[in-house]
Amino acid sequence: MKRRAITPGSVLLYATLTLLALFFLMPAYMAAVTALKLPQDISLPTSWEWPATLNWASFSQAIELLKPNFINSLILTVTATIGSTVLGSLNGYVFSKWKFAGSEIVFTLFLFGMFIPYQVILIPLFQTLRAMHLYGGLPGLILAHIVYGLPITSLIFRNFYAQIPTALVESARLDGAGFFSIYLRVVFPLSIPGFVVTSLWQFTQIWNEFLWGICLTRHADNPITVGLAQLAGGQAVSWNLPMAGSIMAAVPVLCIYIFLGRYFIRGLLAGSVKE
Amino acid sequence: MREASRDRIKAFLTLLPSMILVGVFVYGFIGNTIWTSMTDWGGMGALALDPEKNFVGLANYVELFTGFLGSGFRQDLVNAVYYSLMLLGGAVGLGMFIAILLDRKPRGEDLLRTIFLYPMSLSFIVSGTIWRWLLAPQGGVNVLPTYFGLEPLTFDWLSSRSAILVFNWQDILRILLYGVSLVCILAGVAVLRKNRRKAMRRLASGVAVGLFVWLFGDVVPDAYMMREEHGFNLATLGIIMATIWQYSGYTMALYLAGFNGISQDLRDAAMLDGASAAGYYRHVAIPMLKPITISAVIILSHISLKMFDLIFAMTGPDNAETGHPALNMYLTTFRANEFATGAAIAIVLFLIAATFIVPYLVSQYRERGRR
Repeated sequence: MKRRAITPGSVLLYATLTLLALFFLMPAYMAAVTALKLPQDISLPTSWEWPATLNWASFSQAIELLKPNFINSLILTVTATIGSTVLGSLNGYVFSKWKFAGSEIVFTLFLFGMFIPYQVILIPLFQTLRAMHLYGGLPGLILAHIVYGLPITSLIFRNFYAQIPTALVESARLDGAGFFSIYLRVVFPLSIPGFVVTSLWQFTQIWNEFLWGICLTRHADNPITVGLAQLAGGQAVSWNLPMAGSIMAAVPVLCIYIFLGRYFIRGLLAGSVKE
Repeated sequence: MREASRDRIKAFLTLLPSMILVGVFVYGFIGNTIWTSMTDWGGMGALALDPEKNFVGLANYVELFTGFLGSGFRQDLVNAVYYSLMLLGGAVGLGMFIAILLDRKPRGEDLLRTIFLYPMSLSFIVSGTIWRWLLAPQGGVNVLPTYFGLEPLTFDWLSSRSAILVFNWQDILRILLYGVSLVCILAGVAVLRKNRRKAMRRLASGVAVGLFVWLFGDVVPDAYMMREEHGFNLATLGIIMATIWQYSGYTMALYLAGFNGISQDLRDAAMLDGASAAGYYRHVAIPMLKPITISAVIILSHISLKMFDLIFAMTGPDNAETGHPALNMYLTTFRANEFATGAAIAIVLFLIAATFIVPYLVSQYRERGRR
């Protein structure tokens, strides 16, 4: 690496970046210090100060309160992620390697489902789940997440499979392989990165979702976001608990982001940048 | 070749379940909501599992836009428009700015990128809970200046009752027409050099509409029976700041990916031609990334139109100052059990979203066809 001279320009660059980084880290710092304070030590004017005595009890309290929600979210997220990813992979395979007359239009119609404000399907979704006796529990929520996850998962896999040379598929066909054996023997073994990107994306989306959680589940089946909103809502809250709860709700997705950030960003870009 | 055609059928049958699911859950449900919004949802028997619905046409919409009870919705809609515009300006601007800084490859670029993007992975409920505490009066952000020897801020981030840019709802049609006129004029100026005739047509129609409203504005009917003021509620500023914090990392990632895609040759050529760094971004890089800007605008406006979680977590669902149609829809439907009105609000949101998204998807579809 070549050495860079210290110029006014580079000083300005680093100063601006440091200020921006502080702005972005400010909420994380605030959540951590508040969660670590004793309830009686929390006051508005001293909210930025490091706690005099570290109090880890807020975390065990938050874990105790939010444990059922955490488990609900885990079941919901894992099941719905697997369902929507597997279906998305098959759809992407058809959309990229088995185009038929009108398949591009079908694909565009799929994509539209990704961009609708979900309020517009909320009432019929609520009624349909009620009629199917799925309202209130996790299975209904899982179904909703699988169906409305199809557009984005199909999109990511379609773009991913577009990179697999068609010649590879053709030669497998000449060897006598059919639709499913090409998928299992040629396409699927090459799709591990695609599965990682898609499932991480779906995992964070479903884990973080709130609107359906609050509208479609009863209390015992509330996911973590709804549990946290209830914990933090209300006026007379002592702030150490909501902050500890926020950290607890953030840890799984933050871990994904920090350790597998590369794949997370690919999912992020897939929704907007073409191929 | 019999095998091949059987494979085609298998491919179609593989896709079929998803097609049916999307067909029913997206398109069928949208149709159902449109129908619901044109009924009275059974009036008194509304809580029954299957109420007897009566067709009322556009009455629910008329009530929302010009009726006495729709006042809250109208303020929410105005909030959402200001909210979208400020979020777009803020997140695209800040994201682009950070991307340009990081494009100069400072040391620690990876770490900085991680810091700028981590809010994107969080739930709105998590970030909303934390920002609510950060924006508490007499605490958090407001006491920061005291660490630099300054007076603390006294702004009521989430509970301020002041509003700016206030207008009278009676004038909404006239204001919209002025908007049309302005858009026509701007569109005319944009093509002034490339296509004179087109530009002149657009300028003329823009000026004509503007002049007409200015001279004969009284002909345009009032949208409401009495004066009703709406404006930009300053209490929304805190929510806008939190959203910008959460989403400018996203636009940064988009632009960084775009900048990295521009070949070094092109950059060197621009520099050889004597372009300064600022000139390179202004005249070469940013115009080249127009598709990325369009994607960012589409996705951010989609997010701001359905914004529910963050406002719920920051101010609770019942705060009128920071209301949003997405929250209003939830309260109207699931708290007040007025399903038909809730459906009408949802359709208004949907139509606004569709005006952005349909042209975007159609142009992408055409582009795929050309390749």
